[in-house]
Amino acid sequence: MSIPVEPVTPELAPGAARAAHADAEALGMAETPARALWRAFRRDRLAMLGLYVLLASLVVALLGKLLTGFWVVFDPAAVRLPDKLLPPLSAASSAIGKDLLPPFHYYPFGTDELGRNVFARMLQGAFVSLSVGIVAVGISLVIGVTVGGLAGFYGQRKLGPISVDSLLMRFTDVVLCFPTFFLILTVVALLPPSIYNIMIVIGITSWMSTARFVRAECLALREQDFITAATALGLPPWRILFRHMIPNAMAPVLVSATINVAHAILTESALSFLGFGVRPPYATWGNILADGRSYIFDAPWLFLIPGAAILVVVLAFNLVGEGLRDALNPKLRKRVG
Amino acid sequence: MWRFIARTIVQRLLLLVVISIVSHTVIHLAPGEPSAVDTMNPMMKAEDVVRIRKAFHLDEPIYLQYVHWLKDLCTGELKSFRDGLPVVPRIWERFLNSLPLFLCTSVIVWTASFPIGIQAALKRGSRYDRGATLLAYGLISVPGFFLSYLLILWVVHTFHLPVIGLRTFGTEGESGFRRLMDRLWHLAIPSSMAALTGIAVLSRYVRAQMLEVLGQDYVRTARAKGLDEDQVVYGHALRNALLPFVTMFGLLLPGLISGSVIFEQIFAWPGLGLLGYEAILTRDFPMILTLNFIAAALTLLGILVSDILYALVDPRIRLE
Repeated sequence: MSIPVEPVTPELAPGAARAAHADAEALGMAETPARALWRAFRRDRLAMLGLYVLLASLVVALLGKLLTGFWVVFDPAAVRLPDKLLPPLSAASSAIGKDLLPPFHYYPFGTDELGRNVFARMLQGAFVSLSVGIVAVGISLVIGVTVGGLAGFYGQRKLGPISVDSLLMRFTDVVLCFPTFFLILTVVALLPPSIYNIMIVIGITSWMSTARFVRAECLALREQDFITAATALGLPPWRILFRHMIPNAMAPVLVSATINVAHAILTESALSFLGFGVRPPYATWGNILADGRSYIFDAPWLFLIPGAAILVVVLAFNLVGEGLRDALNPKLRKRVG
Repeated sequence: MWRFIARTIVQRLLLLVVISIVSHTVIHLAPGEPSAVDTMNPMMKAEDVVRIRKAFHLDEPIYLQYVHWLKDLCTGELKSFRDGLPVVPRIWERFLNSLPLFLCTSVIVWTASFPIGIQAALKRGSRYDRGATLLAYGLISVPGFFLSYLLILWVVHTFHLPVIGLRTFGTEGESGFRRLMDRLWHLAIPSSMAALTGIAVLSRYVRAQMLEVLGQDYVRTARAKGLDEDQVVYGHALRNALLPFVTMFGLLLPGLISGSVIFEQIFAWPGLGLLGYEAILTRDFPMILTLNFIAAALTLLGILVSDILYALVDPRIRLE
C-alpha cells in the first residue's frame, strides 16, 4: 500500500499566501485569489453539483415569487374542495370553475386537504424558505462581523478596567452558553408569530462562530505589513478595519455562512414541526412538510415532496460550504493538485 | 492545575449569574405574560388577572422578580406557574427519563462513528469513502422529523418495535428483568433515530482527523520500520487522532436538554426537552428559566470537563 507522502508545508499565513501570489505575478502567471479559489473549487465534483442545484433553486425561488405573487399563474391560496387530496400528475375535475383551474388543468404535485395546488404552494414556499435562511444568516453575519472586527481591531483599548476584546468575547461566551434551539423556541413562542421574527431570532442566535472567526483573522491580520502601510498612509481606523481587514478575513466566514443557511432552513422546518413556524397564509417548505405529516398514509406526497425539496436544497448548501472549505484550505489544495 | 480549576470555577459561576440575569430579562421583556394565556376564557375577569399577577409577583419590577426566582430556586421552594408543584423535583424526575435516552444515543454515536470514519480515511477516494461522505451529508441535511417518520413506518411494519413512550402499559407487576427489557425495547428506535445525525457529523470529524494524522511523519516512520498495518493505524495514528475527541466528550452534556426536543416530541418520550416544550407553551416562567439555567450550567460544566480532560490526556497542555 503506497502512502502519499506530502512535503511538510508550514501553515500558510494569509500574508504568506499573498507573498506567494506576488511572486507568481512577477513570474507572469497572474492569478487572482478568487480565480485560484474557483479553480480549486471546480475540481470537487460534489461541490459543483451542489452549486448547480443551489443556482437552480435560487432561480426557482425567484420564479416562484414572480408566478405566485406578482403575475399569478399558480395561485397557492385557491381552495378547490372537490379536488382535495389528488395524487401528483392528476387532472383537474370538471367541477372546478374556470377561474380556479390550474394551468394546463393539471396538478403536477397533486393537491392538499383543501384542494390547493401543492406545486403552487411549493413555488411560493421556495422563496419564503430560502429567504428565511438567507436573511437570518445576513443578520448573523452583520452582528458577527461587527463584534469580531471590533474585538480584533480595538482589542487593546480599555473601557475602564477591562479591554474591549475581553468584554466582547466574554459577551460572546455568554450567548454561546444558551441552549440555542431552546432559546429560539422560547422567543418565537413568546413573540407574535411572523416570518420576520423567525428570521431575526435565528440570526441573533447564530452569530457567535462568525464573531470568533473574524476576531481570530483580524488578530493575525493586524500584524501584517499592509495594515502598517495603511496606518502610515494616515487612513482612519474604521477605513482600515472595513476596507482592508474585514475583506481579508471573510474566507472562513463565507464557509460558515453557507453552512449556516442550511442550518437556518432546517431550524425553520423544526420550528414548523413544533407548531411555532411561519404562519399561514405564507407557505414554507417547513410548514407544508409539518402539515403533511397528518396525511402520511392517505396522501404521502404531501409529506414526501416538501421533505425531498428541503433535503436537496440543504444538501446543496452543505456541499457548497464543504467544497469552499476544502478549496480555501491551502494545505489540502496542494495535496489535491 | 488546581489553581486553574478553582479560578475557572469562580469565573464560570459569575458567568452563570450573568446568563441567568440575561435570560430572565429576555423572557420577561418578551410580550405574552402567563396571565395572558387564557384571554378568551369568559370566566377570567380583570380582578382575576390582577390576582394571578400578584400571586406570581408579576406586578413587581423585573429585578425584584429575579431576586424572587433566585431565592426560591436556592431554597428549593420554586413552584411552577402551571400547577403549583415544585419545579426542581419535577425536573429531576424528567431528567431520569431523559438520561437513558441520552446515554444510549451517545453510546450508539460514539461506537458507530469511529469504525465508519476510520475506514473512510483509510480508503480515501474509494467508492466506500465517497458513498459514506454523500450519505453523511444527506443525513446532516435531512430534517430530523422527516427521516424519523419515514423510518418509523418501515420499522413498525418490519420489526414490530414500539415507538411511543417509555414502557408498555400494564407491565408494572412484571419481574424486574422483564421491565428492564421492556424499557430497552422502547429505547431502541428513539435512540437510534436521534443518533443518526450524530453519527453523520462525528464520522466526518473522525475521517478528517485520521487523514490529518495519517499524513504525519511519525506514521511514515512507523510504517518504515515495518510495523504491521493494524499497529500503525490503531496504535500510532488513532491514538493521536483521538486527542480532539476528548474535548468533545464534555461538550456532549448540554445535549441532554436542548438536543432532544424534537425526538422527545416525536416519540412521546417524557423527558427534559418535552418538559421545556410544555413549559414554553404555557409560559411557565419558573420552569423555562430553571431549565435554561441548568442548560447553561451544563454547558459551562462541559467546557470545564473538556479543558481538564485535555490537560490530562495531552501532556503538552499546561493549564495555567
